[in-house]
Amino acid sequence: MKYLDEFRDPILAKKILAEIHKTVTKPWVIMEICGGQTHSIIRNGIDQVLPKEIELVHGPGCPVCVTPLEIIDKAIAIAGKPNVIFTSFGDMLRVPGSKKDLFMVKSEGGDVRTVYSPLEALTIAKNNPKKEVVFFAVGFETTAPGNAMAIHQAAKEGIANFSELVSHVLVPPAMEALLSSPENRVQGYLAAGHVCTIMGWEEYDPIAEKYQVPIVPTGFEPVDVLEGILLVVKQLEEGRYEVENQYLRSVKREGNQPAQELISKIYKITDRKWRGIGEIPQSGLSIREQYSAYDANLKFSVEDIQTNEPELCISGVILQGLKKPNECPAFGKECTPTTPLGATMVSSEGACAAYYKYQRMGK
Amino acid sequence: MCLAIPGKVTEIYSENGIKMGKIDYSGTINTACLEYLPEIKVGQYTLVHAGFALSILNDDEVKKSLDAWEELGEIINDIDNKS
Ligand code: SF4
Repeated sequence: MKYLDEFRDPILAKKILAEIHKTVTKPWVIMEICGGQTHSIIRNGIDQVLPKEIELVHGPGCPVCVTPLEIIDKAIAIAGKPNVIFTSFGDMLRVPGSKKDLFMVKSEGGDVRTVYSPLEALTIAKNNPKKEVVFFAVGFETTAPGNAMAIHQAAKEGIANFSELVSHVLVPPAMEALLSSPENRVQGYLAAGHVCTIMGWEEYDPIAEKYQVPIVPTGFEPVDVLEGILLVVKQLEEGRYEVENQYLRSVKREGNQPAQELISKIYKITDRKWRGIGEIPQSGLSIREQYSAYDANLKFSVEDIQTNEPELCISGVILQGLKKPNECPAFGKECTPTTPLGATMVSSEGACAAYYKYQRMGK
Repeated sequence: MCLAIPGKVTEIYSENGIKMGKIDYSGTINTACLEYLPEIKVGQYTLVHAGFALSILNDDEVKKSLDAWEELGEIINDIDNKS
């Protein structure tokens, strides 16, 4: 397929890998932010062929993994209400809440539906005027334009029975939070290519400068990831710390401006709690007051939620790149994809699921 | 969650006042919202995520980056052959 096959070419991948081996002289810790990249790295065995000096640590870029337990529990409570059709991307359905997941709500008779696009949820609302249709608006900057469009369109068409339960997260504040932590080990970043497709990369200049880390917006195919690593390693070896774009075919410095405009028309920036990590200031989006009629958080009152995280799960430490999944005592034992304890094992982009699927069992 | 796949725009139309398109992913046709790419034309390639086209893929940039490796690759091969 055009724009994919070229970037999966094993000969080209080998050339870049050879170049990485030639360039590296010292040990470096590089974090790939995005769960899609983590998956590509583990699936293609990139972690196993890199020079031993390079350690890849996996970042928090899996929205499914970082959605706070309170919001999952709230989604479950709303989905269980009569008269509600609860719509969501498929990967949120199996994320464990304190007592159950959305799948269980469905099997208990709740009307929970998987949609491919938020506009599909809007169509469901139009076709079911007597029901309240709620869309679980989770994701990073990549997903925000679509979710913003659904509210914009609902307002334009006067669709009053549609709302969103929003738990949007923003990448740059999380990157900064990790860098400013006293435990930080990250020396260079592969930034998330599709997030940058929307937001551009101007936001990263001050972060690269302040923390003296190279930041490289990177794509998802093996050639992209290897080239991203090469660009970071070159900068590290030369003592440079700049933003350098690997994903040239999709990412422009200014990003997608019409998308940015609609995002900021519908949503505002807010503090947000990340599951396993805690609250990060100004790291999320919530619905602006003018559009509060579409805010499921306000539309549905939910009794006090008592959250309950499994004690064994160390996904928070994993999401900060401080430990690898196979260092978790429950990994592959109490916790497997069929009996997940944490969201990093549920989500197909979660680091624990990737390590399990591709048998990185550790020592 | 941020997965986006490349496809070719084969048709552009309007639905409920929104700019939409038919996208061909190597034979599988699906629809996507094109509202965020006002300048997109039929025949161009785009990255689609959750039903929304996010960017127009830039052929010149692809060619430039692949050509650069093509040249560098020859140098590496030369070194390999000499050693
Ligand atoms: S292996 Fe399971 S229990 Fe351990 S961190 Fe990952 S999700 Fe949590």
